[in-house]
Amino acid sequence: MPAAPLLEVDDLRVAFRTRDGVVNAVNGLSFTVGRGEVLGIVGESGSGKSMAMYSMMGLLDNPNATVTGSARFEGTELIGMPLPKLNRLRGSSIAMIFQDPMTALTPVYTVGWQIVEQIRTHEKVSSQAAWKRAIALLDEVGIPDAARRAKSYPHEFSGGMRQRVMIAMSLACHPSLLIADEPTTALDVTTQRQILELIRDLQAKYGSSVIMITHDMGVISEIADRVIVMYAGRAVELGGKSQVVRSPRHPYTWGLLGAIPRPGQRGQRLATIPGLPPGPHDDQIGCPFRSRCRFAMDECSEMPQLRATGEAADHLDACWLSGDARKSLRGEIA
Amino acid sequence: MVEVTVAIATSERGTPRSRRSAGPWRVAFTQIAHNPVAVGSAIALVIIVAVCLAAPLYAQFIAHTDPFQSNINGTTVIDGHSVAVLQQQTQGLGLGVEPIGPTWNISNYFLGADSQGRDVFARLLYGGRTTLLIGFSSALICCALGALVGIIAGYFGGPVDWVLSRLMDIIWAFPVYLLAISLSVVLLTGGLRLGPIVIGPSNLLLPILIIALIYVPYVARPIRGQVLSLKNREFVKAAIGLGASDWRILRIEILRNVLPTVIVFIPLMMALNMLTESALSFLSIGVQPPNASWGTIINDGLDLLYTRPAVAIAPGIMLVITAVALNLLGDAVRDALDPKAKLRGAA
Amino acid sequence: MLFVAKRLGSALLVMFAISIVVFLIFFATPGVDPAARLAGRGASPEVLSQVRHAFGFDQPLPVRYVLMMDHLFVTRDLTSYVNIGDKVVPQIMQAAPVTLSLVLGAAVIWIVLGLGGGILATRFRGSVVDPIIMVIGIAAVSLPAYWVGEVVNLITQDRLHDSVFSWVPPLGYVPFAQNPGQWALHLLFPWLTLALLYGGIYARVLRAELVTAMGEDYVRTGRAKGLSERRILWRHALRGSLSPVVSLFGLDLGSLIGGAALLTEVVFGLPGIGKLTWDSLQNLDLPVIMACVLYAAFFVVAANAIVDLLYAVIDPRVRRA
Repeated sequence: MPAAPLLEVDDLRVAFRTRDGVVNAVNGLSFTVGRGEVLGIVGESGSGKSMAMYSMMGLLDNPNATVTGSARFEGTELIGMPLPKLNRLRGSSIAMIFQDPMTALTPVYTVGWQIVEQIRTHEKVSSQAAWKRAIALLDEVGIPDAARRAKSYPHEFSGGMRQRVMIAMSLACHPSLLIADEPTTALDVTTQRQILELIRDLQAKYGSSVIMITHDMGVISEIADRVIVMYAGRAVELGGKSQVVRSPRHPYTWGLLGAIPRPGQRGQRLATIPGLPPGPHDDQIGCPFRSRCRFAMDECSEMPQLRATGEAADHLDACWLSGDARKSLRGEIA
Repeated sequence: MVEVTVAIATSERGTPRSRRSAGPWRVAFTQIAHNPVAVGSAIALVIIVAVCLAAPLYAQFIAHTDPFQSNINGTTVIDGHSVAVLQQQTQGLGLGVEPIGPTWNISNYFLGADSQGRDVFARLLYGGRTTLLIGFSSALICCALGALVGIIAGYFGGPVDWVLSRLMDIIWAFPVYLLAISLSVVLLTGGLRLGPIVIGPSNLLLPILIIALIYVPYVARPIRGQVLSLKNREFVKAAIGLGASDWRILRIEILRNVLPTVIVFIPLMMALNMLTESALSFLSIGVQPPNASWGTIINDGLDLLYTRPAVAIAPGIMLVITAVALNLLGDAVRDALDPKAKLRGAA
Repeated sequence: MLFVAKRLGSALLVMFAISIVVFLIFFATPGVDPAARLAGRGASPEVLSQVRHAFGFDQPLPVRYVLMMDHLFVTRDLTSYVNIGDKVVPQIMQAAPVTLSLVLGAAVIWIVLGLGGGILATRFRGSVVDPIIMVIGIAAVSLPAYWVGEVVNLITQDRLHDSVFSWVPPLGYVPFAQNPGQWALHLLFPWLTLALLYGGIYARVLRAELVTAMGEDYVRTGRAKGLSERRILWRHALRGSLSPVVSLFGLDLGSLIGGAALLTEVVFGLPGIGKLTWDSLQNLDLPVIMACVLYAAFFVVAANAIVDLLYAVIDPRVRRA
């Protein structure tokens, strides 16, 4: 039996009160993150993956949002934790980096200042010592001439460099969990690669756990140990990376994987998933994917449970299709 | 691309312009009509305008007075007694005269008399006509001129833009009141003579033109910025690519998109211009006698402030009510038509 | 440093441009003879010829411009033709401290009120503070400051002077050097009149900026870093939100010195540049008006330049421009 997981999320729900009733942006999400593990969460925009992370971290400031369920970090409940206590965790034990490095740094302070602020919020060190550490961190994430660049303002960096600054800042207090919310989406392709490699290298070096949020299956196959596929606020498939990428079981995952361009595929039309994800006000009974699923059946009007449907006991999915039929059905899509 | 072609083609066939723009305009109108603050402001404005327009009727048929004729030795009847309109002051320092105060009788010196024995209420209504006229027409001229300058500078760019923008910069850097004072004082000492056109010193056109001119950059600058960004939008680029003439692009693509902003500016500008007119008149370089405006009446009341405060306070209240109503209405129109429009950063 | 030099250079350029505009308005507006204007109403032929000579009306425009600037800033011997013999520039120099006292004192109060109001309104978003700020903001752009001043006078000097406001001194000005306490007491209501109006605008603008800033990504980053809400508001959101307020301050300082303060001085009987302008407007004493306008305009331009430099300190992105 392995040691207790670092993060244990159980039946997490985020509900928004709106004029037209309650909308569930995250709908009963459960997963664990082990120590040193990289968990990839993949899904289209609006699938609730970022929302789930923000709700855990107390970053939802919408007064109409209610968060229920449980998220235990090192055994401590995060949901409903009072702000001062949460603030001691945020940035020190759990760090986050965000999608758009252009706007995630305060424009009016030097990057060095912002890293020093991060360090000194959580540790009692002199500002000289913190400044030295900030330079070392900037150096470590591959910013050339770090001592000088620490005195530069965010607008003086390129997008990729700014994301490196964000990573340096997030690692400043050696967090045991790093939540990366689409860290490469706003960057160009070559920079994306470098940033992913950087995160992977640093993760290997420090042994932090990482939750990598992305809509890009390519990123997942690059970096994740385990994968959650999210759709409309729910996990529809959960398993090891090779399980999900090599033998996906949910029709939605099939669609996602089909939408990655591959070498040797030139001249063929890139597969897309027809239709749109359900709007927030569409009815929330039954499998949310059924309106776009070509295999939809009568059973789909009831929500399937996340369960193991194949040989592997740790490869779960939420679909009514019988385990045996899937291989042949998937062939129809490809 | 296709959409633009269609749009140009239809307007070429003379499709009524309103058909394409009816949608957003109607939506905006409905939004304003459902905003109680906006409707209340509009009603208040209509009442104020109607009452002020009726000033001659009031003077002639109700108060039986000529508000432009001094009435130093006149008398009037209050409570059956004949009373002098201007009484020799007996209390205090005993200097000068004291006009009668408010009678609260709508047909007879409702708000009392000023230092020349004229009916303050009748003057208030006449003053309103002047102030509203100046505010409205200078706002229209200012917005039209500002839009023209902004569109030309933004659309044609290059040296045209450079010259116009520098001109705007200079007016912008010049504190508005100082510019207005300079222009007013010079024009009031001799009027304006441009070839055959002669505008006398007491002509209301002078304050209207002066006020319109000093605020042109307030409108021209944001419009220029808007045109600059419009020029880079796909539908304008497409129209240029399709070989549409400058005139057509200006008329169809630019003007139509700039118009909401200009309309948003009009009520806000009118409030600003009325306040400016009053300030200039208060400084005695705005509206000249025999005309009266709310500003000149406040000026008249300055010496009577402690004895007959109604003379200075009443026009101020009218001014504030009108300006508040215009600003509230302007805000509502802005929210409906162009939420990003900003008049000089503030408000 | 290059930025500072550039900004000061452009300020000088603007001053030059303004002086040209003033010159053209006073000396080249079509209409009556500019000499007759400058000499005042009903001037004698001798005075007229004196004016013509002093301002070089027999010479080309550029020479006249130089002559005007010479009278104003070099020899500073510009004289009023209405009150014969009164030198204009010393009068302005005497009046300037009054105007500065009024404007700077009011500015300090309104900045405090505006920033405080804006921050409070952001902290207590959705409570009664919001509508109050909203009402003050609308009132501030709709109330003529001079008229409010009159109402204040009516209350403090007359109607309630025998009871609540018996401590209010009569209208007028006491120099700071003579008696700082009386200086402040005499200026208190003029300050408050201006500051309440402008403070309302600033609170409204700052609140809008702060609410926007609190929704920015960097605020979320700050929260994810574990910063306290207070630190996020004061150190992160406020800093970026100050830039528009500062640039507004530059504009308002200008309009105040050249406008609202001018009228407020008249109402409160403060012998500043505004009162001087008003007095000369009453008898159309053009040389004095021209000098007042130019000096005030130059002061405004200088104030704007200083505010812009301040702006660059607050927002590093500006420095590159």
